[in-house]
Amino acid sequence: MSANIEPGLWNWLAYWLSPEILVAIVGLLVVIVLITVNSIGLIYAELKVAAHVQRRPGPMEVGWHGFLQPVMDAVKLLGKELVTATAVDKTLFIIAPAIVILPLLVSFIVIPFGEKLIIRDLNMGLLLIFSFSALNVVGILVGGWASHNKYSLLGSLRSVSQNVAYEIPILITVMSVVIMTHSLSMQGIIAAQSRIWFIVIQPLAAILYFVASTAETNRLPFDIPEAEGELIAGFHSEYSGMRFALFFLAEYTNMFIVAAVFATLFLGGWRGPILPGPIWFLIKVYALVFLVLVARWTFPRLRFDQLMTLAWKVLIPLALANLLVTALVIKLVQ
Amino acid sequence: MSVTDISNVNIRSIETEKKIQRVQDEQSFWLNLGPQHPATHGVLRILIKVDGERVLEAEPVIGYIHRGHERMGETRGYAQFFPNNSRMDYLGALTYNHGYCEAVEKLAGIEVPRRAAFIRTITSEYNRLSSHLLWLGAYLMDLGAFTPFIYIWEERELINDLLNHVTGSRLTYSYNRFGGVHKDIDEQFITGSRAFIKRLRKRFKMYNRLVTGNVIFQARAKGVGAITVERAQAYSLTGPCLRACGVEYDIRKKEPYGVYSEVDFDIPTGQNGDAFDRYMVRFLEMEQSLRIIEQCLDKLPDGPYRNEQVDQYLAPDPGEVFFAFESPRGEVNIFIKSDGTRIPYRMHWKTPSYSNLSILAELMRGEFIADVISIMGSFDLVIPEIDK
Repeated sequence: MSANIEPGLWNWLAYWLSPEILVAIVGLLVVIVLITVNSIGLIYAELKVAAHVQRRPGPMEVGWHGFLQPVMDAVKLLGKELVTATAVDKTLFIIAPAIVILPLLVSFIVIPFGEKLIIRDLNMGLLLIFSFSALNVVGILVGGWASHNKYSLLGSLRSVSQNVAYEIPILITVMSVVIMTHSLSMQGIIAAQSRIWFIVIQPLAAILYFVASTAETNRLPFDIPEAEGELIAGFHSEYSGMRFALFFLAEYTNMFIVAAVFATLFLGGWRGPILPGPIWFLIKVYALVFLVLVARWTFPRLRFDQLMTLAWKVLIPLALANLLVTALVIKLVQ
Repeated sequence: MSVTDISNVNIRSIETEKKIQRVQDEQSFWLNLGPQHPATHGVLRILIKVDGERVLEAEPVIGYIHRGHERMGETRGYAQFFPNNSRMDYLGALTYNHGYCEAVEKLAGIEVPRRAAFIRTITSEYNRLSSHLLWLGAYLMDLGAFTPFIYIWEERELINDLLNHVTGSRLTYSYNRFGGVHKDIDEQFITGSRAFIKRLRKRFKMYNRLVTGNVIFQARAKGVGAITVERAQAYSLTGPCLRACGVEYDIRKKEPYGVYSEVDFDIPTGQNGDAFDRYMVRFLEMEQSLRIIEQCLDKLPDGPYRNEQVDQYLAPDPGEVFFAFESPRGEVNIFIKSDGTRIPYRMHWKTPSYSNLSILAELMRGEFIADVISIMGSFDLVIPEIDK
C-alpha cells in the first residue's frame, strides 16, 4: 500500500521542492522581511531627514538617536483598534489595504539585487513591474470609495487620475530605454549597461522618469491625493491601526520599487567597482530615495490642475520626443 | 430671425438650463471644511458645494468661538478688559493693548510719557512681526510646505524671549497700562533687539530664496483670489488684503498714534490683489517693522515709562470716543461710551478679520478646492477675532 503512495508523494514533493519553487518560497519570505525592514528604515530616514532639513534633532529617545522609533510606531499601530465606521462598505473597506500591498510583493520577483540575487529573471520583468504597480491604484480607489467619506472619495479619485496621467510618461520613457536594450528582462537591461550607464545616454529620460515616478508614488510635491491641508488625510482618512499601516507600508515599498527600477534602467543596476553587487544596488536605490525625501520637505504642493498640465502638456510630449529621437538615432546607427 | 425663432430659443435655453441645474444638483455635493479642519487654523467652518474639484458655492459659518467680549467689557472696569484684548486676537495682543490704551486715554484725557509711547510702538511692531512670521509659516503649511513653519518658529521664539523679558508673558500680554506701560525696557532688551534685527534681515534673504522664488509657490499663489480695488472697497477689506490691491491705506500713516508720525517707514502695496501680492505685502511689511523698531531704539528718550498719577481703576467723564489702530490684520475700530462710572456704558469693536471674511464667499466661487485653501490661508484670519 505504502509503496503505491510513495512514488506519488515523491513526485509531488519533487514537483513542489524543485529548485525554482524553493527559490520562490524563500524569496517570498525574504521579500516580506525586506518590505518591513525597508519601510521601517525609510520611516526612520524620513523622520531624520525631515528633522535635519528643519534644523531640529528629530526622534532621539527610543534607542540610539531614536533608531527604534519606527519600531515603536509599528508596535503602537499593531495595538490600535481597527475602527470600522458604521456606514462603510465593510468587505471592500477591509480588503482595500490588501489590494494595495499585494501587487507590490509580486514586483519583487524581478528586482535584480545582484548578478545571481534575483528571484526569477523573467524575460518580461519590466512589464510585470509596471502592470502590477498599476494595480496598486485599484486598492486606493476601493479604499476611498468604501470609506463613505467625502474627503476619502475625493482623495482616491485624485489618486486615480494622477496615476493614470503619470503611467503614460513613465511607460513612454521606459520604452526609449527598452528599444536600446532590445530586452524587457531586468538583467538584460543591466547587461546592456556594462560599458556606460544609460543616465549618460538618456539624461532626459532619466529626469522624466524620476519626476513621473515621484508623482506615481504620491510624494510631495505631488501628494495631492492625501493633501493634509485640503483633504485631511485623503483616501486613508478613515483607516486606523494595521490597516492604515498597510497603506503606509505600500507607500514606502512603492518608493523602493520605483527607485530600484530607476537604478536598473539608468544607473547600471548592481554594477559597480570593488563593492559587491547587492551593496551597489542598495546604495543607488537609497540615494534616489534620499533625493525624494529631501524634495518632500522642501517644496510646496502642486495644485490638481497644475499636476495634470505637467503630465499631459510637458512630460508626455517630452517623453514622446525623446522616444522618437532615440528610435531615429538607433535606426541611423544600424 | 423671426419672433417665433427667438421664443423657441428662449424656451429651449430655459429647459437646457433646468437640465444643467438638475445635473449639477446630482453631481455636486456639500463639503464641510471645518470647524475642525487642518487648514482653517481655528474653528472657522466653510461649507463648500463642489462639483468634482470645482467649488460652486462657498459659505463661511462663524460663531463657534463667540465669547461676548464686548459684553464683558460693559460689565467690568476699564483695566479689567486688558486680558480680553489678547483673547480677541491672540497673535496681535500687544497691538490691541496699545490701541485700547490709547482709546481710553483719549476718552479720559490722560497724558502718556514720551518714553512709554516709544516702548508701546516697539512692542506693537514686535507683535506685528511675530504675527506675520506665523502667518508666513502657516500659509506655506497650507500649501504643503511644512519646513518654513519650523524655520519661522526660531524667529518667533526669539521675539517671544525678548517680549517675555519685558512683559513677562509670551502670547497673552497685558503689558500696557493707562498712562504708560507695566515695566520699563532695559539695556538687555535693546542689545538683544539690535542683534535680532540684524539676524532677521539675514534670514529674510534666505526666505526669499527658499519661498518667494519657488516656482511651485508662485504657481499656487499668483492669480489666486485676485481682488480689484472696487470689490475690496465694497467689502471694506482692510490691512494687507487691501494694500495688496494697490490701496495705500494704513492707519499708522493716515491717523498716526503712538510715535508712528516720528519714524520713517513705507507702506508696501501690491498691484493684482492676489494671494502672491498679499504674501509680498506682508513680507515687505515685516522689513518696515524692523525699520520702525530700529528708529525707535535710536530715538528712545529717557524719562518715566509710566504716568504714576493715573489711577488704573479710572472713571472717565461722560462722553464717547472712537479710535482706530492698525493690527497685523488691518484696521481695528473701537467705540467706547462712558457714563461717568468705572464701568464702560457701551463698548464696540470692529475687527479686521471679520470684514475680510465677507469677501471669501465671492472669491471662492468657481475656484478649485486647493485654491480655496490658498485663498483662506492668504487672508490671515484669526478666528476668535471674527467671533469676538
